[in-house]
Amino acid sequence: MTYSPEVRERLETDAKEIIGRYPKTRSALLPLLHLVQSEDGYVSDDGHEFCAEILGLSKAEVVGVSTFYTMYKRKPAGEYHVGVCINTLCAVMGGDQIWSELTEHVGVGADETTADGKVSLERIECNAACDFAPVMMVNWEFFDNQTPESAKQLVDDLRDGRAVSPTRGPKKLCSFKDASRILAGLPDDLAGDGPAASGPSLEGLRIAKANGWEAPK
Amino acid sequence: MTTLTPILTKNWDLPNSFTLEGYGDYSAAKKALGMEPDAIIQAVKDSGLRGRGGAGFPTGMKWGFIPQGDGKPHYLVVNADESEPGTCKDIPLMMANPHALVEGIIITAYAIRANHAFIYVRGEVVHVVRRLHAAVREAYEKGYLGNGIMGSGFDLELVVHSGAGAYICGEETALLDSLEGFRGQPRLKPPFPAVAGLYAAPTVINNVESIASVPSIVANGADWFAGMGTEKSKGFGIFSLSGHVTRPGQYEAPLGITLRELLDMAGGIREGHQLKFWTPGGSSTPIFTEEHLDVPLDFESVGAKGSMLGTRALQIFDETTCVLRATLRWTEFYAHESCGKCTPCREGTYWLKQVLKRLEAGQGGEEDIATITDIADNILGRSFCALGDGATSPIYSSVKYFRDEYLKHFEIGGCPFDPALSTVWGPK
Ligand SMILES: Cc1cc2nc3c(=O)[nH]c(=O)nc-3n(C[C@H](O)[C@H](O)[C@H](O)COP(=O)(O)O)c2cc1C
Ligand code: SF4
Ligand code: FES
Repeated sequence: MTYSPEVRERLETDAKEIIGRYPKTRSALLPLLHLVQSEDGYVSDDGHEFCAEILGLSKAEVVGVSTFYTMYKRKPAGEYHVGVCINTLCAVMGGDQIWSELTEHVGVGADETTADGKVSLERIECNAACDFAPVMMVNWEFFDNQTPESAKQLVDDLRDGRAVSPTRGPKKLCSFKDASRILAGLPDDLAGDGPAASGPSLEGLRIAKANGWEAPK
Repeated sequence: MTTLTPILTKNWDLPNSFTLEGYGDYSAAKKALGMEPDAIIQAVKDSGLRGRGGAGFPTGMKWGFIPQGDGKPHYLVVNADESEPGTCKDIPLMMANPHALVEGIIITAYAIRANHAFIYVRGEVVHVVRRLHAAVREAYEKGYLGNGIMGSGFDLELVVHSGAGAYICGEETALLDSLEGFRGQPRLKPPFPAVAGLYAAPTVINNVESIASVPSIVANGADWFAGMGTEKSKGFGIFSLSGHVTRPGQYEAPLGITLRELLDMAGGIREGHQLKFWTPGGSSTPIFTEEHLDVPLDFESVGAKGSMLGTRALQIFDETTCVLRATLRWTEFYAHESCGKCTPCREGTYWLKQVLKRLEAGQGGEEDIATITDIADNILGRSFCALGDGATSPIYSSVKYFRDEYLKHFEIGGCPFDPALSTVWGPK
């Protein structure tokens, strides 16, 4: 393993906290894979080894699990991992066109990263935001109601270091590594950022209020 | 006329709806902790609540299957994996109103006598994960979680657990394997999770919306809940309209509302276009057409017309949309998400994808229609879990209602549709 003693110690402290939440230690494997991804930007060889050691598993067992799940990357993701939803509904509403124009514009394809390491692209499945179609995700934050133009602008902004904000998320987008740390179960303090709900999420409520409709008392 | 009934969505327009301040004081949980656990199970049985995760299994009955006094730990696992294409209700619910879920978890765990609960949330929604963690932290700080909650003798630990990108982990037994730190592949049933679930102990697995509905039942009574909906599909649910509608979004209504009524509220199909096909409850539920506009959206009525209520994910497509394109894309999804455990699904979805690609490109022939339905016959009912069955729904239903459109592709040797016309920014 090539983690420095300081990195290893930090990871161990975090890992022990996570493991302590579960009745059986192996349940911490998925969170720990997110944790090592937050260190390296992908699940590296070191990361696999670390998880195996701390959980008392073989490395093969850990690799067998990590390769099953699409969110664990086998090579470094960009600082900004950009997903375009190409499941049917978003695809039809324009996701397919966004994908083709965006890949052309950025010059990399699916599961590839730009040479500057800034941006990686992925064709993602339905992200449970179909009422905001076409949907994109950056570091798994929502970028709703996209167009080919907004998508290209978004990626340009990311590459040029201009601040961008998700439509339903924190004021300032965090990095892929930071997002992975939250998924490991170690959240930052940005839960209060962004709207409670917006746009389509409120449509039914808005109509109910306008008509004076309520649930029975 | 059916009207909307905001209950779970009621506080979503408050800027702080996701905090305790914007939610309330957990009075339903307080009430529940003063009740006999069995009385809560009975109330949920009496309410008629059926699972909101797709299958519609009676929730109170599921809780009643947990053996009591067995000396084993019991677990409650909330299924927050929401990945069925078209389904987009649990994510905004947890974003805007996570405390409804946490309060429902306290009541449910108390009723089934579980001291450890988990929220298994899909990983691809970081801000929702933040909101869940924050709500759980607030609940701990208030003494609503932890030891001796709200002064009762009841202890409950609640863990937010993020998945890592796999639709199959929404299947309840695959979810359990994933939560135990394995690849998410379904388990053979029986034994059912109520007997041997998480760590082989009795476990209840329920959908987010099912559990979030529980506080309202405890607070207002079983009769109140059962007073909404239809005879066998009681209560309310969130209906998610997406696609070619004027105002897509979340509409909370009694079960049994129709698409015609919902479309009226949503401003109809987008201007200048007509309804072509729709899914009543996600991509795994056979598509419907205009002739089904007045089918009551409850479990029985939708079933009687050959589809399923599923997750009330109403994906709406107008006349610009090629049904083969939609079917192919859903099929690519199932092929991608097939966990590989059983042959009919693993191989079948792969071959469906190959043949459909040819069909969509207009390079197939009429015999290929028989080929895809044959392959579907070899998946449906022969697969290890319901993912395989779901994969056949778009196949059968698109052939049933749009055979002519398949034929048209061969006739002209290509797709007769212009995808640009279907886009949000397409020419009006
Ligand atoms: C492939 C597949 C995916 C599923 N995904 C979900 C899901 O994301 N959320 C969910 O609640 N149920 C999902 N289910 C249904 C669950 O297996 C289970 O029936 C449900 O969580 C039970 O909760 P309920 O009774 O409250 O509906 C899925 C089922 C299958 C076969
Ligand atoms: S039906 Fe598909 S998803 Fe289900 S067990 Fe078989 S291969 Fe896996
Ligand atoms: S199809 Fe794109 S979010 Fe559902």
